[in-house]
Amino acid sequence: MNTNRRKFLKVAGLSAFALTSGLAQVALPETANAQLAPGGYGNSPKSLHAKRWAMVIDTRLFKSADDYKPLIQACHHAHNVPDIPGNKNIQWLWVDTYDHVFPDDMNEHMSAKIKGTVFPLLCNHCTNPPCVRVCPTQATYKMADGIVAMDYHRCIGCRFCMAGCPYGARSFNFFDPRKFMAEPTNPRFPTRMIGVVEKCTFCAERLAQGLLPACVEASNGKILFGDLNDPNSSVRKALAENYSIRRKPNLGTQPGVYYLI
Amino acid sequence: MLEKLLTGPKRYYLWLLFLVCVIAACAVAYSVQLMTGLGVTGMNRDVSWGLYISQFTYFVGVAASAVMLVLPAYFHHYVKFKRMIIFGEFMAVAAVCMCALFIVVDLGQPQRMANVMLHPTPNSVMFYDMIVLIGYLCLNIIIGWVTLEAERLQVEPPKWIKPLVYLSIIWAFSIHTVTAFLYAGVPGRHYWLTAIMAARFLSSAFCSGPAILLLLLFIVRRLTGFDPGKDAIKTLATIIVYAMCINVFFYLCELFTAFYSNIPGHMEPIHFLFYGHGGEFAWVSYWMWAAVVMAFASLAILIPPQTRTGKLLPLALIMLVLASWIDKGLGLLIGGFTPNMYESITPYMPTCTEITVAIGVYAIGALVLSLLWKIALGVKRDVNNFCD
Amino acid sequence: MYNTRPVCIGIVILVIVLSAPFWVGIFGTNYTKTGITKPTQESCVEDTAFMRAQHMRLLNEWRDQALRNENRNYVAKNGKTWEISLQNTCMRCHTDYKGFCEKCHISNSVSPYCWTCHIIPTEGK
Repeated sequence: MNTNRRKFLKVAGLSAFALTSGLAQVALPETANAQLAPGGYGNSPKSLHAKRWAMVIDTRLFKSADDYKPLIQACHHAHNVPDIPGNKNIQWLWVDTYDHVFPDDMNEHMSAKIKGTVFPLLCNHCTNPPCVRVCPTQATYKMADGIVAMDYHRCIGCRFCMAGCPYGARSFNFFDPRKFMAEPTNPRFPTRMIGVVEKCTFCAERLAQGLLPACVEASNGKILFGDLNDPNSSVRKALAENYSIRRKPNLGTQPGVYYLI
Repeated sequence: MLEKLLTGPKRYYLWLLFLVCVIAACAVAYSVQLMTGLGVTGMNRDVSWGLYISQFTYFVGVAASAVMLVLPAYFHHYVKFKRMIIFGEFMAVAAVCMCALFIVVDLGQPQRMANVMLHPTPNSVMFYDMIVLIGYLCLNIIIGWVTLEAERLQVEPPKWIKPLVYLSIIWAFSIHTVTAFLYAGVPGRHYWLTAIMAARFLSSAFCSGPAILLLLLFIVRRLTGFDPGKDAIKTLATIIVYAMCINVFFYLCELFTAFYSNIPGHMEPIHFLFYGHGGEFAWVSYWMWAAVVMAFASLAILIPPQTRTGKLLPLALIMLVLASWIDKGLGLLIGGFTPNMYESITPYMPTCTEITVAIGVYAIGALVLSLLWKIALGVKRDVNNFCD
Repeated sequence: MYNTRPVCIGIVILVIVLSAPFWVGIFGTNYTKTGITKPTQESCVEDTAFMRAQHMRLLNEWRDQALRNENRNYVAKNGKTWEISLQNTCMRCHTDYKGFCEKCHISNSVSPYCWTCHIIPTEGK
């Protein structure tokens, strides 16, 4: 083969590769991020804002598992969470005993009151969320206000986040969730699809409408929700005045859910 | 060289036909999983990874093990490995294909797989795992094909292949290290949170991978008369026994740290694996004890030089492969997820559908391996590099 | 060259067959409209031409803005503000899923799977 022809083919081949592969996108980043819509984006004046959303649950005010039922119902109702029997279920908010919720606190001689009661569990919306660290597609991510959110459209269902989360806060749709609900309970909120991971979102969609999370609303003041970075917020006041604990604090995840015991 | 695929004895075609039938049957199981969801597997909310990911991990090790032939041959100029090096490289290709398929069958939304590349995420170990596996696959295909072609034409391989070979040696270590980091970097899974995870992975890979290679080559020797060479087998057996000793040693290190420190989180998974829960053995406990017995039995045969290359070698290798498979292919995942995040026990056992899908992936791996080795054997026969 | 005639005829037939869709598209008279039922409201978020060509990309952009940037409002070119929501904004006007979305998607042979999660209004009521 002629040397010039060979050179030409090499250059042509490389350029074809560069054009068809991601190299072109790296070279022209502005085209990738250009906004499509002719209008603009913003948020509603009604929406609630915080630098770091956090939740304080006053477990002293809940007497039994039944007291949590309306909260769980409000949450699962608002988000069309299916009720799947067995261990392939979906849970956004649920309850368990003290030794399961706080397994690091290995005290055999807990007070009878604590032994006999249950505690609520939900996503902790960590400051250093391991689920976000491990997600290979940024389908789960941390927003500026501290909420760890999910984009179900992007999730590939690899379940690395479930292995990464030390709190068991994440549920995988092992089945089509719509098969487990007669009708979606909240027609204003979507359901999820088969093969994606889901979890509590601190009701980001309600905060955008100026509403507090569904469980907070249903708790009649027993759960506080506010800005952890604001010293005058209800959550900061409650934490300053009461003894609080968090789940597995030794892992350095900095959970955003506090329990008053 | 592809023409080598088109000629062969009847049993070669029957074997391919058999594999295709197995793959087709298992594809039915996979389509069931696609339609009804991963609910058909034994995985659940607390044990969110199972057989698929553990098989992925095991075969990353098998892929990496090709380096145990490449490294002595290229770094130490140990020429006796040169004849069978291609089989190690092609086995790595088949193993990486299996790894990729095990990931795909594990995904809840496989049609969105490309998202890993469309939204590259440098903080996720999974992203690097994808890169190193694709890179390793390409390296082995290129190196294997080019060196085989050179052998067929009876010329020296081109000079540019040397840097690629050296790169593939480092790369082999990296693929299994990155795979170990998938596990060793997540907080709260006590069984995985250990700094020697990558070292353990590599040692178990470097004994089990060459052991599988040797066993397969023994079968090939019986079927075709191809002989890897007596000295080569002896050296590889020595490498295997060193790696296995290190592997067992590392596991004992884990046991020491967990039990001498007496930290419950570190003891519980190991205790569950070997003794089950609440005084009752779990099904995996029987497997774990079998692994212990087979690991030591294989060492008992492999350590004395008299028996290392004797008649018992295949038996020892089979036991070694099974032991390492149980440790990495069952114990690693089950121990990682049991106890669960609430320090309680959620049982996991693979379902028939899950096992069928896994067998399908195995069959695809066997098919790739058979075809690649057929080419290699054909070339070796042509150039009289078949036996001593 | 051997068999010139059959080869030439063959090439001509091949070219005609392969380019048939273009000819039908250009000269065909019986192009059937999708026959969608349009909503009664005067205008959509943006003008019809933009929406027809770009609605899927706009929805993707809306999704990313709402979910990732907390921008849940869209201010259109004409200054009108819309809440970003497929289910609660788009479907409030486009109530006829079968007559609008589905009909057009079928005639364009695309099958988006928005509705495995997002609830079609009539279904939710």
